[in-house]
Amino acid sequence: MLSKTEKHLQIMGTQINYYFICHTKLWFFSHHIQMEQESDLVSVGKQLHQGTYQKEKRDYTIDNLISIDFIKKGDMLEVHEVKKSKKMEKAHEYQLLYYLYYLDVIKGVENVVGMINYPKMRKKIILKWDGTREAEVRELTEKVAALVDGDMPKPVKSPTCRKCAYYELCWV
Amino acid sequence: MKRNYYVMSDGILKRKENTVYFVNKEGKKPLPINKIYSIYAYGSLTFSSQVVHLLAKEGIPIHFFNYYGFYDGSFYPRETLLSGDLLIKQAKHYLDHEKRMVIAKKFVEGAGQNMGKVLSYYRIENTIGDTMRDLDGCGAITEVMNVEGRMRSAYYFHMDEILPDGFKMEGRSRRPPENMVNALISFGNSLLYSTVLSEIYNTQLNPTISYLHEPFERRYSLALDLSEIFKPILVDRLIFYLVNKRMLKEEDFEQDINCCLLNDQGRKTFLKEYDERLKKTIKHRELNRKVSYRRLIRLEAYKLIKHLLDSKEYKPFVMWW
Ligand code: SF4
Repeated sequence: MLSKTEKHLQIMGTQINYYFICHTKLWFFSHHIQMEQESDLVSVGKQLHQGTYQKEKRDYTIDNLISIDFIKKGDMLEVHEVKKSKKMEKAHEYQLLYYLYYLDVIKGVENVVGMINYPKMRKKIILKWDGTREAEVRELTEKVAALVDGDMPKPVKSPTCRKCAYYELCWV
Repeated sequence: MKRNYYVMSDGILKRKENTVYFVNKEGKKPLPINKIYSIYAYGSLTFSSQVVHLLAKEGIPIHFFNYYGFYDGSFYPRETLLSGDLLIKQAKHYLDHEKRMVIAKKFVEGAGQNMGKVLSYYRIENTIGDTMRDLDGCGAITEVMNVEGRMRSAYYFHMDEILPDGFKMEGRSRRPPENMVNALISFGNSLLYSTVLSEIYNTQLNPTISYLHEPFERRYSLALDLSEIFKPILVDRLIFYLVNKRMLKEEDFEQDINCCLLNDQGRKTFLKEYDERLKKTIKHRELNRKVSYRRLIRLEAYKLIKHLLDSKEYKPFVMWW
C-alpha cells in the first residue's frame, strides 16, 4: 500500500506530467475518467510495479510508466523516476521538480535530490532542489488546478494521440 | 483480446486459487479468467462466494438468463470506474427536462434510422422516416415513446416481407413469444441488453440513470436506452441472416399452443453467430481505425459521456451501409 503522501505525490505528479502532454488528458484523469486497462503496456507496468513492491524497494519501480521511489542514502533523500524514452522530457522534469518541491517545501525534508532514469538509453538526469524554482512550481500547480476546475478542454490532435488510452473517447 | 463466455449447460463454477473451473457432467474446464470479458449463463450455475470474489476482482459480470432465455439479472461487480462529476452530470441531464428530451429523442432517432437502413437494404419502402419527423413536435417523454412505438410496429410489420414463409412474425408478442420470429427477437434483445450492460460497466456511466426509459424501471435502464440503437443492427439483421440462410429451422424451436422458444441447439447456433458479429470489425469513419461491433457499443457510451460533459453533442450511430 502506498502511504497517503506517496499517493498524493503520485497523483499530483501525474497531473503535472499530463499538463505538459495534453490538457484533455489531464482533465479526464483528474475527473476520474480513466480508461479500462486492457492495453498490454499498462498491465506490464502494473505487474512490474507490484513485483518490485513485494521484493522491497529496489532502485526503481515502474508504475504505469510514471513512478516514484524513495531510497534513503545517508543524509540525502533520493527520488527516482524511471522513464521509457526522452520524448516527454519536459513533462518528466516538471513532475520530478514537483516531487522535490513537495518534499522540501511542504514536508520540510532537506537535502533532496531527484533523478530521472532512462534505462534504455543508459541516461540519467539529476535535479537538485535549491529553492530557486519554487515560484515556478507554485504557479504550475495553480495552473493545473484552474484547468481541472474548468470545463473539459476540447481535445487537440497531436502525435501523442495515436497511443493515448483516451483516443477513442476524444475522437469518436 | 478478452472474449465473452457463453455457458449453455448446467454446472458448477469452482475456484482453485486464481483459476475458475466450470464443472459439469462432461468434465472440468478451466476458464481463462484474464481473457474473459463477460459470462452469459443460460444454464443454471452454482458457485461460491470465492468465485464471486475473483470475478469481482477481475471486473467480470455474469448475466443470467432463465429457462426461456429471458434476461433475469446480472452479477454486476462493484464499480471501479467511478467519477463523481460524471454521475452528477448524468443526473443533471435527466432532471432537466429539456436536456433529457434532447438525449431521449436522439436514441429514438438512432433506432429509427437504423430500422430504416435495415428495410432499405432489402428495398422495402416504408414510412419510418416520416414517423420519425414527429419527434420534432414531441414535448414529453411519453410522446417520444409513442413515436418509437409507432416506428417499431411499422418496422415489425415490414419484417414479414423479408422473412420466408413459416417464419412470419404477424405482430409482436413478447411474454411469451408466440411464434418463432418473436422468440428470436425476445432472445436476441435480452442478449443485446446484457452486452450493452457489460459495455456500460466498463465506463464511468451509471447504468441506472437513463433518458428514454424511466430510471425507475427495475432494470439497468441506460442499457435499455442504448440497446434501441443496436437492435436493428445486431439482432434483427442476425435473425434475417439465420432464418433466410436456413441456419435456424423449425426443429430448433420448442413450440406449444401459446409459447415458442429456441431449444438448446437453436440457442447454440444463435449465440455462436451473435458472438461472431460482435467480433466482426468495420473501419470506423471518424476514428480511422478498425473497431468491432462490440466496440461500437462502447463508443456509443463514450459519445454519451462527451455529450454529458458538454464537449460534443451526441449523435447516434447509424449504419452507413
Ligand atoms: S487522445 Fe490526444 S487529445 Fe485526447 S487525451 Fe489523448 S493526447 Fe489528449
